[in-house]
Amino acid sequence: MAWSATSPGANQPDNTAFTQQRLPAWQPLLSAGIVLPLFFCVGLAFIGLGLGLYYTSNGIKELEYDYTGDPGTGNCSVCAAAGERVAPPPANCTCQWCFSLSELFQGPVFLYYELSNFYQNNRRYVVSRDDAQLSGLASALRHPTNECAPYQRSPAGVPIAPCGAIANSLFNDSFKLLHQRLPGGAYVEVPLDRTGIAWWTDYHVKFHNPEPINGSLKLAFYGTAKPPNWPRPAYDLSPDPNNTGFVNQDFVVWMRTAALPTFRKLYARIRHGNYSAGLPRGAYCVNITYNYPVLAFDGHKRLIFSSISWMGGKNPFLGVAYLTFGSLCIVTGFVMLVVYIRHQDENGEDEDE
Amino acid sequence: MFCGEKKLLETERRVKANDREFNEKFQYAFRHKSDNQVNNRLSEVLINGRLQSEKWMNVKAGDIIKLENNQFVAADLLLLSSSEPHGLCYIETAELDGETNLKVRHALPVTSELGADISSLAKFDGIVACEPPNNKLDKFTGDLSWKDNKYPLNNEKIILRGCVLRNTSWCFGMVIFAGPDTKLMQNSGKTTFKRTSIDRLMNTLVLWIFGFLVCMGVILAIGNSIWKHQVGDYFRAFLFQDEVGKNPIFSGFLTFWSYIIILNTVVPISLYVSVEVIRLGHSHFINWDRKMYYAKKETLAEARTTTLNEELGQIEYIFSDKTGTLTQNIMTFNKCSINGRTYGEVYDDLGRKTEINEKTKPVDFSFNPQADSKFQFYDHSLIESIKLGDPKVYEFFRLLALCHTVMPEENNEGKLIYQVQSPDEGALVTAARNFGFIFKSRTPETITVEEMGKIVTYQLLAFLDFNNIRKRMSVIVRNPEGQIKLYCKGADTILFEKLHSSNEELMTVTSDHLSEFGGEGLRTLAIAYRNLNEEYFKEWFKLLEEANRVFDKRDERVAAAYEEIERDMMLLGATAIEDKLQDGVIETITNLSLANIKIWVLTGDKQETAMNIGYSCNMLTDDMNEVFILSGHTAAEVWEELKKAKEILFGRSTGFTNGYAFCEKLQELKLGSTIEETVTGDYALIINGHSLGYALEANLQNEFLEIACICKTVICCRVTPLQKAQVVELVKKHRKAVTLAIGDGANDISMIKSAHIGVGISGQEGMQAVLASDYSFAQFRYLQRLLLVHGRWSYFRMCKFLCYFFYKNFAFTLVHFWFGFFCGFSAQTVYDQWFITLFNIVYTSLPVLAMGIFDQDVNEQNSMDYPNLYGPGQLNLLFNKRKFFICIAHGVYTSFALFFIPYGAFYNVAGEDGKHIADYQSFAVTIATSLVIVVSVQIALDTSYWTVINHVFIWGSIAVYFSILFTMHSDGIFDIFPNQFPFVGNARHSLSQKNIWLVILLTTVVSVMPVITFRFLKVVLYPTLSDQVRQLQKAQDKARPLRGHKRQPRRTSSRRSGYAFAHQEGYGELITSGKNMRVKNLHPTSGLGKTMYNSTSWIENLCKKTTDTVNSFSLDRTVKL
Repeated sequence: MAWSATSPGANQPDNTAFTQQRLPAWQPLLSAGIVLPLFFCVGLAFIGLGLGLYYTSNGIKELEYDYTGDPGTGNCSVCAAAGERVAPPPANCTCQWCFSLSELFQGPVFLYYELSNFYQNNRRYVVSRDDAQLSGLASALRHPTNECAPYQRSPAGVPIAPCGAIANSLFNDSFKLLHQRLPGGAYVEVPLDRTGIAWWTDYHVKFHNPEPINGSLKLAFYGTAKPPNWPRPAYDLSPDPNNTGFVNQDFVVWMRTAALPTFRKLYARIRHGNYSAGLPRGAYCVNITYNYPVLAFDGHKRLIFSSISWMGGKNPFLGVAYLTFGSLCIVTGFVMLVVYIRHQDENGEDEDE
Repeated sequence: MFCGEKKLLETERRVKANDREFNEKFQYAFRHKSDNQVNNRLSEVLINGRLQSEKWMNVKAGDIIKLENNQFVAADLLLLSSSEPHGLCYIETAELDGETNLKVRHALPVTSELGADISSLAKFDGIVACEPPNNKLDKFTGDLSWKDNKYPLNNEKIILRGCVLRNTSWCFGMVIFAGPDTKLMQNSGKTTFKRTSIDRLMNTLVLWIFGFLVCMGVILAIGNSIWKHQVGDYFRAFLFQDEVGKNPIFSGFLTFWSYIIILNTVVPISLYVSVEVIRLGHSHFINWDRKMYYAKKETLAEARTTTLNEELGQIEYIFSDKTGTLTQNIMTFNKCSINGRTYGEVYDDLGRKTEINEKTKPVDFSFNPQADSKFQFYDHSLIESIKLGDPKVYEFFRLLALCHTVMPEENNEGKLIYQVQSPDEGALVTAARNFGFIFKSRTPETITVEEMGKIVTYQLLAFLDFNNIRKRMSVIVRNPEGQIKLYCKGADTILFEKLHSSNEELMTVTSDHLSEFGGEGLRTLAIAYRNLNEEYFKEWFKLLEEANRVFDKRDERVAAAYEEIERDMMLLGATAIEDKLQDGVIETITNLSLANIKIWVLTGDKQETAMNIGYSCNMLTDDMNEVFILSGHTAAEVWEELKKAKEILFGRSTGFTNGYAFCEKLQELKLGSTIEETVTGDYALIINGHSLGYALEANLQNEFLEIACICKTVICCRVTPLQKAQVVELVKKHRKAVTLAIGDGANDISMIKSAHIGVGISGQEGMQAVLASDYSFAQFRYLQRLLLVHGRWSYFRMCKFLCYFFYKNFAFTLVHFWFGFFCGFSAQTVYDQWFITLFNIVYTSLPVLAMGIFDQDVNEQNSMDYPNLYGPGQLNLLFNKRKFFICIAHGVYTSFALFFIPYGAFYNVAGEDGKHIADYQSFAVTIATSLVIVVSVQIALDTSYWTVINHVFIWGSIAVYFSILFTMHSDGIFDIFPNQFPFVGNARHSLSQKNIWLVILLTTVVSVMPVITFRFLKVVLYPTLSDQVRQLQKAQDKARPLRGHKRQPRRTSSRRSGYAFAHQEGYGELITSGKNMRVKNLHPTSGLGKTMYNSTSWIENLCKKTTDTVNSFSLDRTVKL
């Protein structure tokens, strides 16, 4: 061995806190002094939060209508029957939902559509898109990714823009809200703000139209085909140049796929003119252009008017969950306290003996 | 055993000296890599007529090699010639059998004539025909054919690998067995790949998890088929209208594989890597430990295997070698009793007996220029008695200087050194030397002693040699005054019977002293003399000569003659020699026993010596209920002895059924572990090698094991290396216990290899044990620290680590499973691909590694002070299948909370700005963030020792998570890779929503609170010792109630003989014949006549007696207790 050559002690390990496992350390213990107050504090805090959430959620007003058109339920059933198992669906079947408000529907009011049993989170559906194409990359526009198949190219072999199943299944019902201010009076169209319904980052960062050629978006899309279900190509979605093509807000909203098979998507905000404070009392009718068939897969379509609170849309779950768990914490805390005290007593007696 | 195969190939070995071509067939390509250090040792080999240095691995059968003093022997050799007269050479076999006395080997007269003549040695072309390679250390048969003559060979002419040459300046030998053929290597057993029980459990669990994964895959695949059939097919109108008629079953099949891929994170692949990293860390802590660093030899503790650390925390049985492991292999003259007065105790000023420590002032021997400086004695009264000229004290030391077999020699500096064949004798003669009775020289006829500065030459008239039946040796000398005296030393039990009746009183006193010494574990000898008158001696000497002349029953007659003169002796006193234990052995053994670890001593040494060590390290005590000694020579005898032992243990009511029927009963009993409970009291078992051979046979091994396991102490003596391994295997196999073997010599290799953990004592000459070991350090006492501190921590950390790791993977992965039910079983992942990739590697790996490496529940001091803390490891309580299921359940619960709380909260909800927040990407970010926070809080709860590193890793992991999250969701990276980072803007949007933070908070608290509840209640209701110690530690309470009195090793002093003597028969004849004396030492006028008549036979006698020693030894059972 080599020790003879070195000076005495040269082999000796370093005397550091690290090598000798003596690093200064905090050694917390789950003592009663920490655990019990923790449970009571958490419990109280949760009950407080839960109450707040619960009442906030309850304070949110929602008005919803299922316009799927199940046989015998209102006038949408005609359209539903007509659109059954047809793709693309026949254009422009309209139906109507009328309701009346006896008091002001506190604003700002948001109009949502809800689809249920629609698996926007199905893996094959989720991946069927090309973010590069949607971000306006010229190279990607005419070379959609293979993930988009079978909506990658048209039967003629022309690349589809926007490609993929998500884009192809774009929700295309449209709604018009009419208000009758006075009984028997004329219905006035309520202005629906269809802009600003998408996320800021989606609209400004994630989605871009391809660079227009000679100021024409149509030329930019030259050499691409529309998705098969679409009645018109992407550049014709809206006359507004800031709301057409890939940056059409309805399209952007649709492309943000939902996490769960039942989901709501924002259709419009009602905030202009007389309606900035909300929907005043009176009779209302929604004219529905029924294009989107869902009965085939037992899907449902709903229209929802909803107001918003500090915590977002209506959802009683969080409030209830917080209340439940807060109470559980308190109960557990008491149980532990009792166990602890009784055990202390026993120990005390043992020691006395 | 394993060499059986080789035997078939080689029925007889024929080796020709100096002929490598002839011997070519004995060369082996295979070499164990770890033996490199040994294989590369150099040895001088005669090649082409010249001596060359060769590596051991290149030494081949048939080579002639030269050995020098204190060298290790490289191969099994036939001794050809040596520097000593008559081709004698001395070897120490401690490496092989643990015996400390020297042994003599001698060359054939024909070959010893070759001497050191290189040219004639190079021409030597004898052929040795002998047995094939085998593992019998004490047997060799063969013959040498040379110059048309045949010479029989036996074990006395063979030097085995692993021996050390002593007291012989050089010798030449011809290699018969080299490398793996050597008896040592044949004994070393097979190398097995060692794995810890946790490793095996882990593999099982991983298989189970794999099964679980397949189950989940099947459930989800069935779900997919149903979904496809009931929903998916109709949903297709909007999705994939082209794909018509895809079979739901086929879809399910594809889904199965998709889910196997997605859920594979539940099978912890990174677990294996992490476990190795942790073990490596622990190994380094062992290497770095200053408290296991032996400064005197500058030897570090070394973890030579890095994969066994946690098993160190589960040891139930320790198998220890004796010589060199428990003992230092140093004998010191410690105490004596002269004429009824003891010397050697040290008293303080108040007259109280005190322990000898470093501060105690040793006796100053500077008055004596020839004193051995290493000798230390602490009782000053003895030197005063000498200075006063007490005649009894003079006689005492005179005896020690005369009655022995030591050979004096002068080294280069002219200093007197003693060549001793037994270290006991060396200690006695050295003691006499320091006290002024210097043994100067001897011839076959005379002994010259310097007595208090005056040279006195005694005439040696007769030498009554030692043997194991007599247990004593005597010399008869004539002093210059013409008086004839017999000096005798030997076992007290024997000697006391031979005393003159006038000694009654002194005998009682001395006997008390002897018990006292014996109780302290000292090796004692009683000492007596007898004055003889001229006529009586002459008459007796005639009787002896007659007895020597006859062939028939010579031994008995000689023994009778010895008996005749060794009687009516006058008692002088007794000596007590300490077979020095290594430092801290007693404390270590006591502490390890408190930790419920059973320690078995397996030694090749004699029963007396082994028992003596047993007493001195408190493994045997006088208040033991019974010490069973098994020394039967046949299976029936051993069976009988076992039966008796069993009757004593269980009472006669318990039937003793033989063989396998009992085996089943044993198994039943073992399940309830009732055996140990029914037996109260301390028992010890001592078993001899030959009895062990029978006890290990299939029909007796269960009984043996049962009895041995009840006994507090088990000592196996005279065992061969292979038997050591068999004992270990037996315990391993039948007790399912974790075993550790510790040893220093080559004879321990086999047991070191076969035990779960092998520990080698390093820093000594022999390296073989260390090379075969898994851990090595310089002192036995470090074992305590290795097990109670390092082992316990390793086990504790590893278990915590595993629990957390399984929990984490389940919590992480099962979210996909729950999500499957809501995404049409479409194998959609919940998290972003990047998160899945980084979660195990970046976000959560370091905190758990830090915990696995640094965590401590109680500090090292408390680990040592409360040996009971070691218990959970032995019972495997911290990580077992039950714990695993608890971890899994915890993981499943967490994943449930992680998925369903966001699910409930996200159902049809809108964001604060009314926009969509229930989208898939927000959902993914929310769950991922909750998961990272939950597992971080969990690791924070699990970590009981927060060093800086833990802080950095835990907080750092969370920080890293958020920074990577924001980076990956940033605009810049999306602009570069739009398809790879589609989550752009998500973190910013989601994490600015109060709603989402409320979800994360709720999820975290819901996941963690039950854990806190359970842990708190467990500590309150069923606190473990560890919990209590932690609280104590926290309270900085200095009171240590559990420590108690156990620390102080007890000394008992009931009647017990401490006789043990590492002496071998046969040296008397060597001395009287003068065969072992250099010519220069011989007195020029010494009459050879007396030695002539037996000079031809003395060597044969020696050989015969040596073999007898083994046999006769066991016959005698009177010594014991």
